[in-house]
Amino acid sequence: MKRTYLSQKIAFSFLFLATLLLIIPVGLIVVIIVEKGITAITWQFLTDIPRQGMRAGGIFPAIVGTVYLVVGAIIFALPIGLLAAVYLSEYARDNLLSRMIRLAIVNLAGVPSVVYGLFGLALFVIYFRLGTSILSGSLTLGIMILPIIITTSREALESVPYSFREVSRSLGASKWQTIRHMVLPNALPGILTGTILGLGRAAGETAPILFTVAAFYLPQLPKSLFDQAMALPYHLYVISTQVPNVDEKIRYGTALVLLTLVLCMNLVAIIIRYRFRKKKSW
Amino acid sequence: MRKFKEFIIEKFILICGLTSILFVALIFVFLLKEGLALFNTTNPLAFLFGKSWYPVSEPPQLEILPLILGSLLVTLGATVISVPIGAACAIYIAEIAPVKIKEILKAGIELLAAIPSVVLGFIGMVTLVPWVKTIFAIPTGLTALSGSIILAFMAMPTIVSIAEDALYSVPKSYKEGALALGATHWQSIYRVIVPAASSGILAAVMLGIGRVIGETMAVMMITGNAAVIPHSFLQPVRTLTATIAAEMGEAVVGSEHYCALFAIGIVLFVLSFIINVTADLFLHKRNVQ
Repeated sequence: MKRTYLSQKIAFSFLFLATLLLIIPVGLIVVIIVEKGITAITWQFLTDIPRQGMRAGGIFPAIVGTVYLVVGAIIFALPIGLLAAVYLSEYARDNLLSRMIRLAIVNLAGVPSVVYGLFGLALFVIYFRLGTSILSGSLTLGIMILPIIITTSREALESVPYSFREVSRSLGASKWQTIRHMVLPNALPGILTGTILGLGRAAGETAPILFTVAAFYLPQLPKSLFDQAMALPYHLYVISTQVPNVDEKIRYGTALVLLTLVLCMNLVAIIIRYRFRKKKSW
Repeated sequence: MRKFKEFIIEKFILICGLTSILFVALIFVFLLKEGLALFNTTNPLAFLFGKSWYPVSEPPQLEILPLILGSLLVTLGATVISVPIGAACAIYIAEIAPVKIKEILKAGIELLAAIPSVVLGFIGMVTLVPWVKTIFAIPTGLTALSGSIILAFMAMPTIVSIAEDALYSVPKSYKEGALALGATHWQSIYRVIVPAASSGILAAVMLGIGRVIGETMAVMMITGNAAVIPHSFLQPVRTLTATIAAEMGEAVVGSEHYCALFAIGIVLFVLSFIINVTADLFLHKRNVQ
């Protein structure tokens, strides 16, 4: 009897150790980047263009480029993703078609990011002749985050109780009216969470924008949708592998800005989800 | 009139629902359109199993076996590291951790999943790579081992969250039954709960592997990118994904090199398709039971 409890103790300590092995490096990564990057963050670093072949100056064009790309991606992906989620949760029956759609979403979520880059290059840059531009990059990123938006929105829609729909329909509302006035408002926080998670993913990805938009070095702001742009993740890649003798501080500073941007979005999403769960009374 | 409006809206929503199928098909078609031209001049078997990748020599030699082996080696390493740790962590979170710690751990894992791969690659370059170099006393720390370790950290959030879901959805009565028969908590975990969740855990592992094979930036930054057939974990390797990302910028549109990179894209797409469909079958099987 004692031996079985001893083995339980040993097993649990191993499981705990494994968990530490995962969690401690995560903490370390964040701490290292914050500690070494914080000294680089000045007003000038955030608002100046890169100078001296990216060895000095700031990262402003990269920040602006990333914001443009992310906004473009969400403008494209949110309406389509949301309506696709509405279809799956409100209209679709459990038949071959809906199963195929589900499988397509699973696959879309699993396609390697660099393959999205190839696809964007072949379809938008070359076939539609959009060139390497913000538009091509945004569309590519938009398709990449589509599965995230569909999956989270669908969950949000399905968590609205069925009785809400029945009441609305019994009062004479049509199906679309029910969805618009009853289901969507109640699912809004969940949809918002998914959208923000999609934004965070789009902001951090590098491979899809490599051949569709990213400019190696472009010391001015993009003026139209058809311009190339710098982007934060690609800039970090460039200054840490392609340009020799860049001050460590600038690398860590760029990493910190990117990390902060992405983690803040995730934090906001988590907070919305948490508050929504607390408030939810059904 | 109202009926007509409803009809239009319904059809419009249906079209949006179909977009994901459309995009998967479009991705495949465009990869084929650009990639298949390669096989006018190159034998597909030679492409897959030939040993030399010299895209800029004249004539270019475009055979991807070294890249496939590079990807496999890094994936194998990452799987060996991430599966035991990830599974253990999932069990700890699902079964043992107190509620408060559980919330913190889950937030930490979400945090890890959110870190952009280029940031992980950067951190790997400045910390892990020098360590590997000094510990093993080798000329460069940019090796398959460094790549495997960083990739393991990218696979673990996927593995932990899906496996934890699977463990959590095992009916409570199973565990209660085991405990009532006199089993300890640990015995009920490894004799009852883990076997009951096994197909979900398997799906988690597969999706983790899928994530590793498709990962690009971090791998490109820390595996050293040498397109030779690897013999050990302490050598630089080059993966399929990194090859596309590193060389597409220089390839001339329509050239053989360009087509070959798209053909690599086809290989990656097919691989990820197989992995995801299989994982989905495992997940679905669990739902049916």
